[in-house]
Amino acid sequence: MTSNAAVPFWRAAGMTYITYSNICANLVRNCLKEPYKTEALSREKVHFSISKWTDGKPEKPTIRSDSPEE
Amino acid sequence: MLRRALGLLPRPIAAARARSFSTDLPAAHTADATFMEAWNKVMPNMDPPKTPLSFMHPRPPTPSSIPPKLTVNFVLPYASELSTKEVDMVIVTATTGQMGFLPGHVATIAELKPGVLSVHEGSETTKYFVSSGFVFIHANSFADIIAVEAVPLDRIDANLVQKGLADFTQKLSSATTELEKAEAQIGIDVHSALNSALTG
Repeated sequence: MTSNAAVPFWRAAGMTYITYSNICANLVRNCLKEPYKTEALSREKVHFSISKWTDGKPEKPTIRSDSPEE
Repeated sequence: MLRRALGLLPRPIAAARARSFSTDLPAAHTADATFMEAWNKVMPNMDPPKTPLSFMHPRPPTPSSIPPKLTVNFVLPYASELSTKEVDMVIVTATTGQMGFLPGHVATIAELKPGVLSVHEGSETTKYFVSSGFVFIHANSFADIIAVEAVPLDRIDANLVQKGLADFTQKLSSATTELEKAEAQIGIDVHSALNSALTG
């Protein structure tokens, strides 16, 4: 019944809610005072290992610790 | 014409009472009878496995009179800030504006904007800055607030906020694509909300 006319500006620009929410959370974390800031940023660090598979066999995995994208 | 309108009036109300709201949960979880039978046939001596639903406490039913306190569950992805805490009032910043919730509030779902959440209990108020999230108020005066990031106001560094605001204002003017403009706008929104939280 209601039209989807009033979309938020971030959705109109092609961003999803999750991306928007994560950007907001990162900005807030970056504005914290010192001990809390390093705690928060280290809490959100993501470590993962990637291994490509060829011919049904995994190759040697590489470990990545990307900080979450903004 | 007026008489027909009056005749139609009670009917929608009765229909609405018969329909249950999506925010209501069934009062108690009963185990699945067919599963129990099948389990007992195969493994009569062992207890059946518990399902996640059996670990969850069913939501208390809606009382007939307004309860004296609001029960708040305030959760973050990494911690549970408040767990079934009884409070007098909660004020949140929703996308539609500041909203205050008292016990007996109508069932509501609200999306939060970056802003201050204040929990009022007796004469004390605890304030948090919430980055974004949702608040669900249920008919039985239980409020579930879920936020991605929430910090007490004294953990926010005012200088970083000012710097961020200046940065993003500059980014907005130099942005070219829609996405960059949106990101800069988000930065401005969050930092100005942080600013007003610190000063207000």
